[in-house]
Amino acid sequence: MKLEKESRTLFAVAVVILILLYFLPIWRIDLKAPQYPEGIGLYILIDDIRGQERNNLLSVNRLNKYIGMQAIVPEEIPELQIMPFILGGVIVIGAVCWFTGRRKYLTGWIILLVIVGIAGLVDFYIWAYDYGTNLDPQAPIKVPGMTYIPPLIGTKQLLNITASSYPASGGVIAGLSGLLAISALYFDKRLKKKRAQ
Amino acid sequence: MQSKYNYLITVGLVMVLVAAVFIGCPRDAEVTHEAADRVYIAPGDLDEFYAFMSGGFSGQVSVYGLPSGRLFKEIPVFSVKPEEGYGYELETKDLLMTSFGHIPWDDTHHPSLSLTDGIPDGRWLFINSNNTPRIARICLETFKTMEILEIPHSAGGHASPYATMNTEYLVSATRFSVPVPQADVPISTYKENFAGTLSFISVDDNGTMDLDFQLIVPGFNYDLASSGNGPSHGWMFFTSYNVEEAHTLLEVKASQFDKDFIAAVNWQRAQECIGDGQGRTKEAEYYHNVRNPDTFMSESTRKTSTTVLEPDNCPGVMYFLPTPKSPHGVDVDPSGEYIAAGGKLASVIPVHSFSRMLEAIENEAFEDHVNGIPVLDYEATIAGEVQDPGLGPLHTEFDNRGYGYTSAYISSEVVKWEIGTWEVVDRIPTYYSLGHIMVPGGNTMEPYGQYLVAMNKSSKDRYLPVGPKLPQGGQLIDISGDRMRMLLDFPLIGEPHYAQAIPAEKIQPNVKRLYDLHQNQHPNAVRDVTEARVVRDGNTVHVYMAAVRSHFAPDNIEGIHVGDEVYFHVTNIEEEWDIGHGFAILGDKNPNILLMPGETKSIVWKPDRPGIFPFYCTDFCSALHQEMQGYIRVSPEGAGTPLMYGTGDEMVTR
Ligand SMILES: [Cu+2]
Repeated sequence: MKLEKESRTLFAVAVVILILLYFLPIWRIDLKAPQYPEGIGLYILIDDIRGQERNNLLSVNRLNKYIGMQAIVPEEIPELQIMPFILGGVIVIGAVCWFTGRRKYLTGWIILLVIVGIAGLVDFYIWAYDYGTNLDPQAPIKVPGMTYIPPLIGTKQLLNITASSYPASGGVIAGLSGLLAISALYFDKRLKKKRAQ
Repeated sequence: MQSKYNYLITVGLVMVLVAAVFIGCPRDAEVTHEAADRVYIAPGDLDEFYAFMSGGFSGQVSVYGLPSGRLFKEIPVFSVKPEEGYGYELETKDLLMTSFGHIPWDDTHHPSLSLTDGIPDGRWLFINSNNTPRIARICLETFKTMEILEIPHSAGGHASPYATMNTEYLVSATRFSVPVPQADVPISTYKENFAGTLSFISVDDNGTMDLDFQLIVPGFNYDLASSGNGPSHGWMFFTSYNVEEAHTLLEVKASQFDKDFIAAVNWQRAQECIGDGQGRTKEAEYYHNVRNPDTFMSESTRKTSTTVLEPDNCPGVMYFLPTPKSPHGVDVDPSGEYIAAGGKLASVIPVHSFSRMLEAIENEAFEDHVNGIPVLDYEATIAGEVQDPGLGPLHTEFDNRGYGYTSAYISSEVVKWEIGTWEVVDRIPTYYSLGHIMVPGGNTMEPYGQYLVAMNKSSKDRYLPVGPKLPQGGQLIDISGDRMRMLLDFPLIGEPHYAQAIPAEKIQPNVKRLYDLHQNQHPNAVRDVTEARVVRDGNTVHVYMAAVRSHFAPDNIEGIHVGDEVYFHVTNIEEEWDIGHGFAILGDKNPNILLMPGETKSIVWKPDRPGIFPFYCTDFCSALHQEMQGYIRVSPEGAGTPLMYGTGDEMVTR
C-alpha cells in the first residue's frame, strides 16, 4: 500500500532531521557540587564525549580519580567510532524506504529506529555501570558499598555531587524523529479512511 | 614675621577644631541605619565598582569593592611579595631591576587607569613610585604587574603617572630636584646646579611604555599633575612649590613667597619642537623591564640615553600660572575648562580658566619670566576663588552635576563647592587628617557621582586599637544628594595616596580565570606529568616539575649534593578555575611560589647541608592537599650519589 502525500512528507522530515545528530549532543550529564558554582558537565555526541565548557572533561576525570573511577577517554570507546556509521545506516535505509513510498517500509523503519534507540540506551547503561562500579581498589576515597553509577535519565546524589542526566538537543531530535514517523503512520491510516468515504 | 603669625593662627584653629571633634555632639550623629543599606552587599552579591588604592609605603596596589569597602587583593608592584614569590622567582625578579640594581621596595603614589576619549577603558592601571622614580603597568585581565619603566634624571617621582585623554602619555616630574646629570656638587650650589625634569612617557597599543622626552625645567619641587581634557587636551598641568629653591628646612624656607606656580605644558608643542630638531640626546642610565604574558618571563633592558628639550628652545611649550601658597593638587574638571589648585597653606581654592589662559598667552599678559619661561598674570587666568574652603586644601575631585569636592587636611573635612559660583554648598568632617579623595571617574570626563572615598592619614579611635601603628582610614561618603552623608569606615593598607575606581562591568568580563596550559610558552614549562624530569649540568640541576591534584611529579629526588644550584621550574598543569598550588622547601631562603593553573615559575635553591628536605604544596588545593608533598635527598659534596627521581614506585636514574 502506498503512503499518502502528507504522511510521506512527515516521513521525509523524520529521516532528514536525523542528520542534525551529527552536530548536536545527544545526551547531557550535569554535575552540581558546592565548589562548582559555575557548573560542570559533559555532552555525549554521536562520536565524542566532550566537556560542556572547555576542560570540563579533564576536570571530571581529575575528580573521578579520587574515587577510583576510570578516566573517560573518548578515543578508547569503540561505540563512538561505530555510531556515526550506524546513524548513517539508519538515515540511508530511511531514505530508501521513503523512496519506495510503501507503508510497510515505513513501519519497518520505525521498528529499526526503536531497536537502535534502545540498543543505544542499553549500551550507555552498561558503560555507566562499568564506570560506576569497576573502581580502582587503591582509590584515595573509598566509601564501603558505595557505587557511582550515574543515572540513565533523572537525578542522583553521588557523594557531594548531584548528577543529572537528560537527553540533549540531539536526543530530543531523535525522539522527535521517531514521533514524526509514528504519526506519519497514524495519519496515513486516518487519511486513507477519510478518502475512502 | 608675617608667616609666623599665620602659623600661630593656624595652630590655634587646629586646636579648636580638634577640641570640637572630641567634645562636640555624639559622633557621627547623622549616620543612620539607612547608611547600612547603601553599603551592604548581601552574601554572594557583587560590588558596583572596582577601586584601586595605592599602598603608599607598602609599594603595592590594593583592590577594593565599592560600596562595600571589602578588600579583594593586594597586587604586588614595587615591593616583593613572599606570599606569591613576586620579586624572588626568576619570572618577576627582573621587574624590580633599576640602574641602582634590584630594589625590593618603593613608595607607590598615584594609580591612573588607562583612558580612551577621556574615560577609563579598563585595560591597564598605571602607578608611579616616588622614591626611585618609576612607572608600572598592571594588566587588568590578570591583575599582574607587566612592566616597570625607570625615570632617569629624576628624584621623587611624585607628579605621576596621570594619563592623558587617550593614554598618549603618562608623566613623571621631579619632586626633589637634583643635578642633571647627577654630579658631586655642594648642596649649597642648588640654584646653579640643580634642575627639575618633566618626563613624558608614551604608551603604545599594547601598553608598552617608552620615555619619549624630558623637559628640563627650573629646580622647583614639582608636586602633582593633571591632564587636560576635551578643549584642554594636549596640555598637562603640574603644581610646583619651593620656587624659592631652598635646599634645607623647606617647611619654612619654601613657604616664603605668596605664590608658587602651576606649570602648564603644551606637549603637542613639545612634539613639534622635537620634530623640528630642537631636542637633544642626553646620556642617561635607566631600566625598562617588561614581562611577556606568554612566557611569564620578564626581560630587563638597560637604556643609555633620553631626548631632552629646554623650554628656551621651544617657545610656547610651557607657562607658569601663579598660584597661592605651595599648591599641592591640581585638578582639571570634566569639561576641561577649569583647573583647580589646592594651596596647602592658602585661604582660598584658586580655579584657573583654560580659555582665559589661552587668551592671556595670546595677549602676552606676562608678569615675569623665570628661566625664560613666561609667568602669566594671576588676574588674567583666574576664573574664581572658592572662599573658606577649609584649612589646608589639597585635592579636588568632580561629580557629574557641576560640583567640585576638595579635601582639607588640617580641618579634616570634605568641602563641596559649585563650579561657576565658586560657593561652598556643603561640608562634611572626616576622621582624621584627610589626604586624597576619590570620586569614581572624578578625574575624567565622565564622573560617576554617587560616592566619594576619603583617604585619611589617621584613624585614631575608629577601630579596635592594634598597637601604635594604626591603619589609615578609608571612608565612603554618599554624594548623590544635596548633602553629603557618611556611609562607611574601612581600614586601608599602607598609605593610600589617591585611588581610582571603575564600574565593575568594564573589567569583570575580561578577567582571566586561568592561564591556558597549551599557550604556555615558558621555556621550562612541562605540560604533562610525563614531561617531568631532572637534569644535571655540572653543579647546576634543573628540576622540571609538574604540580597537579594532589601530587608533584617528581616527588622523590636523590643525588643532589651540597654546593649544587638547584633550579625548580614548577608548572601547575591544572586546567580548572581556582585550582592553585604552592611550592616550598625546608630551609629555603626563598619564599614559596604560588602557581595558578597553567602557570610556570622558577626558583633557585642552594642546599648548604646534607639531609632529607621535604617540600610541599602551600595552597590548599584539594581534599588530598595534605598529601601533596615530596622529599629531596641532599648528599655531602662529592659523595657521588646517583641522580634519581620519580613519582610512585618507579624511579628514573640518570
Ligand atoms: Cu596542591
